[in-house]
Parts: sequence; C-alpha cells; structure tokens
Amino acid sequence: MRRIKLRYVALALVAVTLAAPAAGISKTGANEGKLTMIAWEGYLDPSWVKPFEQQSGCKIQAKYAGSSDEMVTLMRSGGGGQYDMVSASGDASLRLVYGGDVAAVDVKKVPGWKQFFKTFQSPPNNTVKGKHYGISLQWGPNTLLYNTKKVTPAPTSVSVLYSPKFKGKITVPNNPIQIADAALYLSKTKPSLGIKDPYELNKTQFAATIALLKQQRPLVKKYWGLASDEISLFKNGDVTVGASWPYTTGALQAAKVPVKELIPKEGATGWLDTWMLSAKAKHPNCAYAWYGYISSPKVQAMQATTYGETPVNKLACSYMNKLSKGSCALYHANAPESYYASIKFWKTPVADCGNGKKDCMDYSKWVTAWNEVVS
Amino acid sequence: MAGGGPSLRRARRRLSLPFWRHGWLRAVAELVPPVAWMTLIYVAAVAALFVYAFWGVDSFTGKVVHAWSLDNFRQIFESGAFRGVIWRTVYIAAAVTATCAVLAFPFAYFMARLASPRVRAMLFVLVLLPLWSSYLVRVYAWKVILAQDGILNWSLEQIGLPGANLGYSNWAMWLVFTYIWLPFMILPVFAALERIPHSYIEASRDLGASGFTTMRRVILPLALPGIVAGSIFTFSLTLGDYITPTLVGGAGSTFIGNIVYSTGLGVSGNLPFAAAFAAIPVVIMGIYLTLAKRTGAFDAL
Amino acid sequence: METRATRIGLWIWTTLVVLFLHIPIVIIVLYAFNASNVQGWPITDWTTKWFGPAIHNGEMQDALILSLKAGALATAIAIVLGTLAAFALYRASFFGRTMVSFLFVLPIALPGIITGMALNSYFTYWGQTFGLWTIVVGHATFCIVIVFNNVVARLRRMPASLTEASMDLGADGFQTFFHVTLPAISTALISGALLAFALSFDEVIVTTFTAGVQNTLPIWIFGNIRLGQQLPEVNVVVFLILLATIIPVVLAQRLTRESGILRTE
Repeated sequence: MRRIKLRYVALALVAVTLAAPAAGISKTGANEGKLTMIAWEGYLDPSWVKPFEQQSGCKIQAKYAGSSDEMVTLMRSGGGGQYDMVSASGDASLRLVYGGDVAAVDVKKVPGWKQFFKTFQSPPNNTVKGKHYGISLQWGPNTLLYNTKKVTPAPTSVSVLYSPKFKGKITVPNNPIQIADAALYLSKTKPSLGIKDPYELNKTQFAATIALLKQQRPLVKKYWGLASDEISLFKNGDVTVGASWPYTTGALQAAKVPVKELIPKEGATGWLDTWMLSAKAKHPNCAYAWYGYISSPKVQAMQATTYGETPVNKLACSYMNKLSKGSCALYHANAPESYYASIKFWKTPVADCGNGKKDCMDYSKWVTAWNEVVS
Repeated sequence: MAGGGPSLRRARRRLSLPFWRHGWLRAVAELVPPVAWMTLIYVAAVAALFVYAFWGVDSFTGKVVHAWSLDNFRQIFESGAFRGVIWRTVYIAAAVTATCAVLAFPFAYFMARLASPRVRAMLFVLVLLPLWSSYLVRVYAWKVILAQDGILNWSLEQIGLPGANLGYSNWAMWLVFTYIWLPFMILPVFAALERIPHSYIEASRDLGASGFTTMRRVILPLALPGIVAGSIFTFSLTLGDYITPTLVGGAGSTFIGNIVYSTGLGVSGNLPFAAAFAAIPVVIMGIYLTLAKRTGAFDAL
Repeated sequence: METRATRIGLWIWTTLVVLFLHIPIVIIVLYAFNASNVQGWPITDWTTKWFGPAIHNGEMQDALILSLKAGALATAIAIVLGTLAAFALYRASFFGRTMVSFLFVLPIALPGIITGMALNSYFTYWGQTFGLWTIVVGHATFCIVIVFNNVVARLRRMPASLTEASMDLGADGFQTFFHVTLPAISTALISGALLAFALSFDEVIVTTFTAGVQNTLPIWIFGNIRLGQQLPEVNVVVFLILLATIIPVVLAQRLTRESGILRTE
C-alpha cells in the first residue's frame, strides 16, 4: 500500500516539476480565482491574458488608466484594496511606495526575475533599501521622432526640439517628468550648472531648466497627453518633430507615415514599468501567478512585440525574433548591460538628493512649475 | 386602485386629510428626501473638498498638512501664468455663450413660431440626436476635421483657398465648445419663445410697432430668461471642462479644469492647491447664478 | 406676419444650424467604415470589417450593460426625488423656494471635475467600495434638476381646478394623485427622464472619479481614444447606438407634442 502511494506521489511531483517551469507559475497557495488590475491601455491584451486565465484559473478584471497620477488615485480609492496590482511607471512607483499603498514582493517566488538584466532587477524606482516593491515589467526609451520628408538632414541632437526653425511644428509630452529631459539636455550644453542626475535638481539648476522650457513653449504646437494624440499630430501633418515612444513610431510606420526615431546624442530618459502589488491585495496568490507568467521570456516577447516596448528578461530576445523578425535588435532587447545603465530612467524627484543635502526640488514643485510653463 | 375596500379607503382618507388641510406639511414631507439627498451627499462632499483649499501640503512627504492659510490662493493670483489660465477660461466661456446664443435664437424662433408641427417635431429630433452620440467621439471628429491635413483644409484646397491653421488652438476650442453645447442653448430658448402668447405680438403690431421694434421690445425681453437659462449651461460647462482642451487645444490652451485635474490626483498631487483652483469657477458661477436669478432664468430652466 | 425675406432667411439659418450639428455625426459614421485604424483624411479604403469585432468586444458589452443599468437606476432615483421636490415647490412662493432651486442646479452649474473629486474623497472617507452604486449616486445627483425643471414647468401649466374637482368628486389625496395628477404630468416625466438618461449615459468626468473596477461606455470609449488603435470600433459602436436611439427619441417627441403646449391663448 505504502509503496503504491509513494509511486503516485513521486509521479505527481515529477508532473508538477515539469509543468511549473513551462507555465512559469509558482504556487504559494490556492489561487483565489480573480485578479483586479490597473494597467496602461494595451498591457492586458487578450492574446496573453486568455492563456493565463486558463492556466491559473484567475479571471482578470482590468481598469485602464491614462496617466500615472490616475493610477495613484485609483490605487487609493475606496480606502485601498479595490485593486490587487498596478502597472506603475517610474514617475509614480516611488509615490506608491512612500504612500504605503504597495507591499514588498518576494522575488524568490518569481522564477523569471533571475533572468532579468541586472539594471532591471533592483532599479531605484521600485527597490527601496533592498526591498523590492514590485517586479519590473517592460521599458522603453523616450526617443526623438521626426518626419523624414520634412526634416532634412536627419537630426542627431535633441536641439531640434528647441530650435526656432521648427516653430509650431514641435510636440513634447505633457508630463512634469519632461523637466528631466530638458535637464538632461542642459547637462550637456551648460556643464557649468553641474547637473549630474536630471531628477535631482537644486534650485539654480531647476530655475535654469524651467527657463529653457519657457523658451521652448512658443515653438510647441501641442503638448501631447495621449500617445494617440502624437500619432494624429504626425499623421495629419500638424507636427514634424517631437519627443516620442517606440510605440508611437511603430503605429505611424504601420500607417505608412514617413517617420524615423532615434536616441539623440545627448542620451535619453526612459520609462520603466513595474507591476506592483497592493498592500491590501485581496488575491495575492493569483498575483504571484501573474508575476511568474508575465516575467517569463515568451510572454515578455509577446507583450514587447505587440505593444512596442522592450522586455526586461534577457531570454526574451529569441522569442521576439520568432514573433517579428529583427524586433529584438530594433527594440534594443539584447544590448549590453552598459546600454541600459546609460538610460536615465524615470524616478520620482524627492527633496533628499542622496548626497547628504536635502535641497532638491520635489515632485510637487515639478508639477507646479510644469503647469506654469504649459499654461 | 378602484377603491380597495372600505377600511382601506378610510385609512387612506385619514392619512391624506392632514396633508390637504395643512399644505405646508405636505410640502415639507415632499421636500425632505430630495433636499436630504442633496445636502448630505453633494453639499457635504463639495464643502469637504473646499476645506482643503485652506490647507497645505508637506513638500517632503507629500501629505496634506492641516495648517490654515491662504497660501494656495496667493500662489494662484501671484502667478502670471495661472492668472492667464483663469482669464482664458472665462473669456472663452463667454465667447462660447455669446456664439451659442446668436446661433440658437433664430433657430429656436423658427422652431417655435414658424415651423409646422411636423417640421418642429423633426427639428426637435435633429437637435436631440447628437446628444446621444458620445461627447468624446464628437470632439474627436472635430480633431479630424480641423487637422492640418484634415477635412476642412482639404475642402478649402479644393476651392482654391489657403488652408486654415485652426487645429490645436483656442479657435478650435471655441468652435468645438459652441458645437457641443448648442443643443443646451436651443432647448431653453425654444421653451421661452414658445410660451409667448401670440396675442402679445398682435397687440404690439396693433399699436404700430414695426417687426424690428416688436422683436426688440416684446419678444427679446420675454425670451431673455430662456437665453440666460441656456447660458448657465454653456458658461458653466465650458468653465469646468478639461477634456476638450486636452483633445483639441494647443500649447496655450490650458483651462482651469486641466490644472485642477493635473494637480488634484495622486499622492504627491497637491489636493489643497487643486481645491483652491477649483474654488475659482465655483465663485464665478455663484456670482453668475445670483445675477441670473434676478432675470427669472430659474423658472425657464 | 414676418416678412417673406425674414422667413427665407430663417429657413436658411435653420438648415445651416442643422448641418453644423450633424457634420461631425456624418464624419463619425464615415470613419466607422475606414479601413485604416489611424484617422487621417481622405479615407482611401472602405470596409465593414470593424463591425464584427466591435459588436463582439466583451469589454464593450460589459461597459454598455453597466451604462444602461446605471442610467436606468439614476433616472429612477431622479424621477422620484425630482417629482417630490417639484410638487413641494411649484405653488409655494416661500423664501426657501429659490434656495432649493439653486441647490438642485449646483451639480450641473459647478464643473464636473469638482463633483467628481468631491464625491471620490467623500466615498473614500466613508470607506465605500466603488462600484455600480457609487456611479448611480453621482449620476442621480445631477439628474434630479432635469426632472425637477420639467415637472415644475408642467405643474405650473396645470390648472388647480383639476385637483379641486377630483376632491369634490370624493377622491382622497392618493386617488387624486394616481388618477388625475400623474397622467397630467406623465409626458413631462418622460421627457425629463429621457434627457436625464441621455446625460447619465454620456457622462464621463464624474464617472471617472466614482467608478470602481468596471467601466461605463464613455470610459471605455475614452480608453480607446487613449490607445488610438481601435478607433474604428469606437465609431462603429457610436454609430449603432445612434441608430438604436432614434426610435426612443422620436417616440418621446411624439408623446410630448400631444401634451398640448399652449401657443396662441
């Protein structure tokens, strides 16, 4: 009797061990059957959500938000706990951490995490004092986009966005975090200001950056808030050059608009999205099932090629090329670690500059100043 | 409910009698549920929001600090950019109201006094139908029309005129707002014009007034409450909107609503500042409503 | 009465206004058949391929059902509360009357974003979970005034002699209400209810702040406008809704016409 039982137990163990890596699911308890999530539009595409729901039995209920601010508000609505997970970008993630809205995540329970590039395992925008408040998801650079027919010769520097030559034909995002892009530009054109980190600006550096943005304002046709805005702007000929995302470039090229993007010589800022777990999550087991699933190489590749962004998992590259030839290189999914380290990823500006001084401008000052610039 | 038995009838009679005798008792009983709803839910919520306007935010933690001050208001009025936002919102709202009134009046006059019942019914349907298609999608349609390579410029090109650079500008917003709120102006003006008894006009004519004078001294004053009632809608809806400026506005088109929206959300958003900014359209509308009350517009809503 | 020139002028003006009101509607319908999912002009390829995916879109169906539910509930509440208030106030000219009218107008007179933000903090403060009922409460609040105004206007035109006659004939308050007053105001109720439902169905600003995990139709539409990849589906949905609402709107128009609007007396 015991011998038979042992055989069955052994068989069962073998089955589970074989099945688990294939599905990327790590069980920490019974799945609750439901998972409520706040996500960017397009992040919960049925092509990867349906297989997950079938495998795990967790039905996903999605709420889409258009901005990081909305995501933060939603997370706190109803006293918190209404949503289990949120795909927060770097400009919101720290706010959620400091606000106590998200819980620490045990990265050992997520098999795919070990396969991430070093830069994305513990990035400052979701890891505080060694504790991981979420698992990195995908990232993308903030690129320079231009109309190849109307902007010749091809630009190499982000200075085109500040040039009167393109007055009324420029677009940049309507997001206070844009101040960092201007600061990055200034750090190369006015090294005397001593800007090292575009998110840590003291009073003088901040004032100089705002002055530059105020100079840029009359040249801007529209500060785009939605990616679809920028797509229409370029498609309908309202602008010819702008700050953009690979997603936009992909959509425009698919619509046969003659555009090209590049990372300017001054370097680029980038956004890194993290799936964060609510501190009051009602379905944590389903959440961990999702973590395992969405971090696995195959699903990372699917999301990257469908949406138009770059995976954080090293092993996703070959899957990407299978789905869309050449996409791995196109999205820089197999670049050396140094490349990722060079991108200035979004993080919430706080007053504590990290060098002992506490006189950096915090995010609420960024918001007020930005609103004054674009008003 | 024919009768319901003698005892039931007696009970109903006993119940309804005091209400008939003391009319005020009935009025109070009828008023309690709606007024309670409005005060306990709406007024309480809005008042609670405006208390925030007098508080501040700790710049380090981003949390609200319950320290009473007028700093938020000072910050708004000392900033040239923010004053510009308020001014822009108000004058575009006024322009939209004026344009809506001008467009609506002849239309409503036609509908009320010249159209046959069948034509009137058809016009009614035509005015109400756009309200059933999504506001968002209609604004988006204008985006396509006004874009650089959009329908408007294409049409102008066909007849040999130069393209207009209307997309993403204050002009675009003025146009779109006028379009969206026009039905809200037409309906009250129509209602007011329809109520004018024909005998008034005949009397005016008998007294020797020309058509123009009749219009100026009889019809217009009687239609005024309707126009003012419509203007309450167009003015306040424009004053508080943030979606149209986002969709069709350009670089210099920020409205009060946009600032409130961008600063009011999020943990590190500045809710006290947003509440202070939001108080401004409330004060403006308060003044507007008080003036409107005098013209009897509330009766025409 | 009016000169011939004036009449012709007014005809032309009316036609132009109607065209103005409907050009974007035509555009929406045109783009429902656009093959490309980026809305540029001119449209080069025409197709009906978006109709299938749009109708079978699960998220859209859920959003539509939620919008219908919320609209119906909010309109029902608005009818009850608005009618009660109308009865209380249409005759009396006591001091409170203008104050109460003012109170009801506030949700529409004040910017939607204020109503939304205020209700959001209020619900959060009371620990209320966001869902269908938070949406309904938000919508009902600004729908009350629509019903109120319509019913008050109708009640004012109704001669008091009707209720008095009913009482003289021996009916008590309840019978009078159900057999005399209610039929007299029914058309006002219907037109008020229709306008209130339309407002609730299309409302997006307040709903953004009071909805929970679910989406109403306008929120779904806004999400798609943000994404920008499924715009033709949105156009299809709006087009189909327009077709569906022609009938109720025409019906309502016929009903209110028969209520006998005084014109020449």
